Amino acid sequence: MTAAGNPAVTTTAGRPIVGGRRLPLDWVGAVPFFAYVAVFLLLPTGIILVGAFLAENGSATLTNFSSLGNADIVKASLQTVLLSAVTAVVGASLGALVAYAVATGNPDGILRRIVVSASGVLAQFGGVTLAFAFLATIGPAGLVYLFLKQHGIDFYSGGYWIYDLRGLQLVYLYFQIPLMVLVFIPAVDGIKPQWREAAESLGGGTWHYWRYVAGPLLFPAFIGCALLLFANAFSAYATANALINQGAPVLSQQINNALSSEVGLHKPGLANAIAIEMIVIVVLATVLYSLLQRRSSRWLQ
Amino acid sequence: MAAVTASFQRSRRARLQAFRYVVLIAAAIFFLVPLLAMFEFSTRSGNDFNTPRTLTYWQQIFDFPDLVAAITASLQLAAITSAAMLVLLVPTMVWVRLKLKSLSRIVEFICLLPLTIPAIVLVVGFYPMYQWMGNNFSDNILTLSFAYVILVLPYCYRALDAGLGAIDVKTLTEAARSLGASWFTVMWRVIVPNISNAILNAALLSVALVLGEYTIAQNLLYNNLQVEIAQLGRANAGVSIAVAVASLLFAFILLVVLAFVGRRRRQASETLVQDFARGGRK
Amino acid sequence: MKLGSLTRQLGLAVVAFVLVAACGSSTGGGSASCSESTAKTATSASACGGMDALVAAAKSEGKLNVIALPPDWANYGAIISGFTAKYGIAITSNNPNGSSQDEVNAVTQLGTSSRAPDVLDIGMAVALANTADFAPYKVATWNDILDSQKEPTGLWFQDYGGYMSVGYDSSKVPTITSLSDLLGSAFKGKVALNGDPTQANAALNGVMMASLANGGSLDDISKGVDFFHQLKQAGNFVPVQATTATVKNGTTPVVFDWDYLSAAHGTDVPTWKVFVPNNAVLGGYYAQAINKNAPHPAAARLWEEYLYSDEGQNLWLKGLARPVRMAAMQKAGTIDQTAAAALPPVTGTPVFLSASQATAASAYLASHWSAAIS
Repeated sequence: MTAAGNPAVTTTAGRPIVGGRRLPLDWVGAVPFFAYVAVFLLLPTGIILVGAFLAENGSATLTNFSSLGNADIVKASLQTVLLSAVTAVVGASLGALVAYAVATGNPDGILRRIVVSASGVLAQFGGVTLAFAFLATIGPAGLVYLFLKQHGIDFYSGGYWIYDLRGLQLVYLYFQIPLMVLVFIPAVDGIKPQWREAAESLGGGTWHYWRYVAGPLLFPAFIGCALLLFANAFSAYATANALINQGAPVLSQQINNALSSEVGLHKPGLANAIAIEMIVIVVLATVLYSLLQRRSSRWLQ
Repeated sequence: MAAVTASFQRSRRARLQAFRYVVLIAAAIFFLVPLLAMFEFSTRSGNDFNTPRTLTYWQQIFDFPDLVAAITASLQLAAITSAAMLVLLVPTMVWVRLKLKSLSRIVEFICLLPLTIPAIVLVVGFYPMYQWMGNNFSDNILTLSFAYVILVLPYCYRALDAGLGAIDVKTLTEAARSLGASWFTVMWRVIVPNISNAILNAALLSVALVLGEYTIAQNLLYNNLQVEIAQLGRANAGVSIAVAVASLLFAFILLVVLAFVGRRRRQASETLVQDFARGGRK
Repeated sequence: MKLGSLTRQLGLAVVAFVLVAACGSSTGGGSASCSESTAKTATSASACGGMDALVAAAKSEGKLNVIALPPDWANYGAIISGFTAKYGIAITSNNPNGSSQDEVNAVTQLGTSSRAPDVLDIGMAVALANTADFAPYKVATWNDILDSQKEPTGLWFQDYGGYMSVGYDSSKVPTITSLSDLLGSAFKGKVALNGDPTQANAALNGVMMASLANGGSLDDISKGVDFFHQLKQAGNFVPVQATTATVKNGTTPVVFDWDYLSAAHGTDVPTWKVFVPNNAVLGGYYAQAINKNAPHPAAARLWEEYLYSDEGQNLWLKGLARPVRMAAMQKAGTIDQTAAAALPPVTGTPVFLSASQATAASAYLASHWSAAIS
């Protein structure tokens, strides 16, 4: 079998060991990825960061960052964080249920392929067309709304909730859930049926199985996917802009106004500063996710 | 003897089936009804639900010659982006899991970064690179794949990470290496077949993202599928929705075909247990 | 004496040579007189060797890049195909939904790339702020454009315009005779504005028009903001982005928009009407400009010549926009009478926002709009 002892000896078989110390050649394996990312991601991010410190005339300034304290931008930040968090948690939970429903079926079956393909398409479906799809269904001129209204149920009697953040949350779920299904299914696939048998043969029921076996094993993947959903909702622009075109309630709309305003409110530096703020918020979310991860890994000990 | 009786098994199986039916039917309703509403709208000849049905708007889609060029370009971009993403990510993620565990958080964060920056701002950062590329390398629309690989990183990283987490990469690699396999063999013939589902999902995500991508292509002034659809959308309402539904159908059929092409290898032991679980033999 | 006659003959020969050379260049005898480098700095067709030379140079360039010209905006679809049919020059139309600022951003960011836009059709605020990016050019019909509607050296020149209006589906809402009708219960959840006024020129003019109709003035947009606030309080204001689809399906049966854009909805909704209040006739013109670093300078200039020819101006008129040469063409009898008759009727004296008034309005909106409609 494998030689007990230093795995480095077996895995670097053939490599000369120079002077008793192994050269840190492992790092070479990560070079292609980091080189590509450095040119096409870190460089653009750097350009954006530099741009955040520039005023319109090109001089260095901090006013872009101080503008982040404006009432409009603070409100948009809070609303976007709330929107993203709610759709991430709800989308992750519902998506996990659908993923589980699909993964427990025939792995080669047609249902699985259809659901996975549909999830792939719907996860990227958004923008003006998605907004219209919802307006055509449950909007004030939508089929379902008019049908129910004819039968006495008017769900807009208390106001047009589809036109504010509540409606946006519902519409966001339309692409959040399929995204969750797609990225979470590989984790559910990793659950082995033997574990269930083992749990039951030890006298555990469904609750015990989920609480002590499958739950802790799926939790890291679950929160990782939930973080992805959070970032996905956080940076979404076109869908929010199609549904609530007035007042820029979402942070990415604030960015668009600063970049594309043709009425003299063009502030590219501010747009860059807001982008940096968005990165910082997602960093904080990632830190939270890491803490949760570490706690959950303790359950596995 | 803590034996599990067959009847207990059957009731558990029945509960699972009921759960699956409820969830899948609820999901089908939630996702299909808006699409059907869009399709219904695109077949209206007048402005009401009760007007006669027509397919003229669907037929008008074929009157636009630029659409074919845009579809071809988007398909090529999808293929290039998926291939490049897999070649870049899979070896890197395996390598990081095996040798560079300290880097895994950094890689994870880098793979999440493209999603934190909205596309409208990210494209501002891309402009200098694309200007340089246009002047010194190529102006072709296929250079968009450099940007698209970055865009798909978050989704594909997450799918591949879930897949890699479900198998024991370390043991598999050590076993293969101790039997004399080269790194290439380990990757290609040991790791990849075991995460084929995750790879397929990652590829599907990339293809879907590239086919649905609008902002970056539009701001860099390239005409990909979605930009062309937006152009078409200004013609009239019926055509704009018909072409949107058509592009969804097109992407869906493409992904279903890809899903059939992707092969799955299950471990023999799993097959036995699945048969057992279906309540066949004892 | 022999020397004298020789000198005279030589002198005559020199003069003749110079005359012939001068004649040759002014009649544009060869396409060589309008090369790419001269087209780049040509400030008129004659400076580039005449129209024929310009056409030849444009044809040899073979392409034109335009931006933010949706086919249903002032009949640009027909204008683009008309130009291609007439000169055989392929047009690449990018970013149809872009704003004027997006056009200028593309010019700045794409710099000397071959995909940079050649020509721009932009709102006045953006035009005035970015003249450093433009190349001066005077079209053949330059004198038909009023001085107030062009920059003296030709850096920008207005092209078409219209009046701010309220377009509505008369089968879904009652006839509108004044803006205050919109506050009634028949308009619950039905009134939309085309864009966010802190972002889009059309929307800013929409709010200004509401202000004029409600006792405000060109210097005071606050009455307009208050009007929309009241609309929102009454539950009549719809924040959805108005598209052809939302208009057709009835989600946005009432839209504030330029009259020529609004009239385009008539193709989808036969019962669509356009209302311009007679106490608030707010006009707005857009402007043309040529990119200083245009990758196809001759084609760009030929495009401008086409737009300002009778054919181009009448095509805009067919799109229900009022072309800038309309008064001159009516006098000369070259206007398309049927198209002119189809324009939405307007009574009252039109007013136009000046640059400083627009700046003041957008500053007010920046601090008050978001609170007013949320």
